[in-house]
Amino acid sequence: MDWISPRKLKKLGILNMNRRNVDYISRYNERESYPLVDNKLKTKLAVSEYGVKTPELLQVVRQQHEISHFREIAEGLAGFAIKPAKGSGGKGITVITGRDGDDYVKASGARISVAMLERHLTNILAGLYSLAGTPDVAIVEDLVQSTPSLARYSFQGVPDIRIIIFQGYPVMAMLRLATKDSDGKANLHQGAVGVGLDIGTGRSLNAVQFNRPITLHPDTGLALENIQIDSWEDMLEMASRCYEATGLGYMGVDLVVDTQKGPLLLELNARPGLAIQMANGEGLLPRLRNIEALKRPHFSPRERVQYAMGAFGKF
Amino acid sequence: MTVRSRAPFYAFVLLLIAAGISIATWRHIELGVPWMTGEQRPVWMIEARVDFVGQDEAAQISLHIPEQPPGFSILTEQAASPGYGFSIIETSGSRRAEWTKRDVSGPQTLYFKAQFVPDDSAGESARSRKPRPTPTFWEEPQATAVREVLRQANERSSSPESLTRELIRLLQPDSRTQNTTLLVADDNYLQMLVRMLNHAGIPARTADALKLEDARRRQQLMQFLQIHNGDRWLTFDPRTAEQGVPENLLLWRQGSESLLDVVGGDNSQVSFSMLRQTVPALQLATLEANKNGLGVLGFYQLPIEEQSMFRMLLLLPIGALIVAFMRIVIGVRTSGTFMPVLIAVAFVQTTLVPGLIAFLSVVAIGLLLRGYLSSLNLLLVSRISALIILVIFITAGLSIIGYQMGFNTGMTVTFFPMVIIAWTIERMSILWEEEGAREVMVQGSGSLFVAICAYLAMNTSLAGHLTFNFPELHLVVLGLILLMGQYTGYKLSELRRFTPMKAYD
Repeated sequence: MDWISPRKLKKLGILNMNRRNVDYISRYNERESYPLVDNKLKTKLAVSEYGVKTPELLQVVRQQHEISHFREIAEGLAGFAIKPAKGSGGKGITVITGRDGDDYVKASGARISVAMLERHLTNILAGLYSLAGTPDVAIVEDLVQSTPSLARYSFQGVPDIRIIIFQGYPVMAMLRLATKDSDGKANLHQGAVGVGLDIGTGRSLNAVQFNRPITLHPDTGLALENIQIDSWEDMLEMASRCYEATGLGYMGVDLVVDTQKGPLLLELNARPGLAIQMANGEGLLPRLRNIEALKRPHFSPRERVQYAMGAFGKF
Repeated sequence: MTVRSRAPFYAFVLLLIAAGISIATWRHIELGVPWMTGEQRPVWMIEARVDFVGQDEAAQISLHIPEQPPGFSILTEQAASPGYGFSIIETSGSRRAEWTKRDVSGPQTLYFKAQFVPDDSAGESARSRKPRPTPTFWEEPQATAVREVLRQANERSSSPESLTRELIRLLQPDSRTQNTTLLVADDNYLQMLVRMLNHAGIPARTADALKLEDARRRQQLMQFLQIHNGDRWLTFDPRTAEQGVPENLLLWRQGSESLLDVVGGDNSQVSFSMLRQTVPALQLATLEANKNGLGVLGFYQLPIEEQSMFRMLLLLPIGALIVAFMRIVIGVRTSGTFMPVLIAVAFVQTTLVPGLIAFLSVVAIGLLLRGYLSSLNLLLVSRISALIILVIFITAGLSIIGYQMGFNTGMTVTFFPMVIIAWTIERMSILWEEEGAREVMVQGSGSLFVAICAYLAMNTSLAGHLTFNFPELHLVVLGLILLMGQYTGYKLSELRRFTPMKAYD
């Protein structure tokens, strides 16, 4: 067994679970704003007013009998994603990339019948994936066509960019790449690769999988050292605007880059995980304290982003 | 976005913990509820035996019994006397056991038993009225002798107590003078002493006491002298002039005039037997609590059935404390926050090993059946409902099979909360589909580990004893849980999780 001493962790400024919950989430996130981020449908509506784009909404399945409509709509689609509106941690998300006869093809390449998809919808409506087991609605979204410059790093699935927004300031970011282990999903605890991104430039720093440092993607074999995210400042600004839209002081913003539509907001998270620190090789605490110590916060998203790029950039 | 000072919070928690501990300590001191289980206290069992011969007529026998002997408290009282009506009659200043029977003939024996607990705090009951010395009349030449002796004693003393001591010393056989020899004969010594003290203006009376020695039979009462110093009654040994009541002396009669009155019988006499017993300190405390009203704060006055329910209920906070500690400080992952506590409660009823086997087999069979259910494409609510019914089938099946095979422990499966098990199976099954078998093993074994820890803590006799007899200690548990809610340090599991960060140091 290998351990790290608490003193060393403190020196590195690693934010831990208990402190995140007590000092940041419960202090900066108002309870009443939670439904905004816990329900993807509400998130879509809330952020659209602030000029933050999201994947196109194709259908909302609210009732059991509406599932039959789903079959008709899905008939004409090449690719789509089914998501539970109140799902968390990527649970219950099924991504369909194409068709194979009567069956649909999942992002992983596995085939799935319409009946299976309908069962999945039933499960979503019954609240199997929702946070408290309450009844839920299913949303069907247009499939995101990830920009090839990033998509090539990912094994199937769509790479997304997680940015931690603290009081409107982007404090840390990482690129999440799906792997064979993660079944096309970009969740780190399921085995996705996390690549730390420099806030100043959008260039990659370190990469981890299952909390262990790596240099090459385990499935695509590509080096993860010199990834550069295009139009980085715009993405940060878009993420920063979510603060105005939701009022949440501490949240994770998940973005994807679509070939045609550019950066899109995938979802917001009021309880973002801590693995981003491993991907960046740095603790969150010094940056969070830097923002907390600001005497005069900046009011526009652009000013905040510029301050953060200057304060937290490494290159 | 409010940053409040934590000081009031910590003060509040401190207050909770201090209140819990001090109430428990007070209960320990005041009611004698022991900290540990199995503590024993000595108790004196004293049996008064009354013998008399009936005279073919209605009989009424009245025996003085102690009301509040100094240094002792009465635990139980009972009379054994077949065919007699019995009651305890309390009049001002005296308490008497009264036996009655319409037709009595021949030798009769009556018993009265009482248990006395040594109790330093038990004193004489406060008297509102100060007694007056009874006036006495002396004839010559006694009057002169009494005056002379009292003058001598008075000269060498300064207070009622010292006067009494001097008087006793003067009346002792070895120091007798002409005056005292005139007054005192062996059989009237104590009566004379009482009369002389009353004459001197000091209220005095006699008292009967028992010397407590283990396993003695046929003991007689010994006479003692009591004087009132204007404040309270003081006891003197009339032979040695020693003041005070020794530890092994039980004052059976004080205040009242007669020890035994028998109407309708003759040849009556009283003798005493005694035995030193030990009783669990807890039982003593329970009995005392019921008597003196402080017991309102405990559970002893509830019906037994409710008491045993509370016994179980009061263990839950211990389990909650363990779960909070395991999750917040250690960082064990469990499936369902308090599922481990409920499983631990079931373990308390089933004992550990049979409980573990039963639980694991129910969950394993449930998971297999759930696999079939998931292919049926059911709505969640009906799937859970079906699962609950299946879980009941499984437990019933296991109980019957276990019973037929001769394992009575098979029956204990029924203690598990069915709904919780059904949900556990459902959650495990989803976890299996989504995160793989490894996560199921991690969370499953984490839950079991926490459940076993909670079980071990809840199952110690000390935990059961303290939580039930000192319910206020739950304030301390509450305080600790609140404190843990403010713990922002690293979990033990995080020290391992963040190990790769060493590379960036």
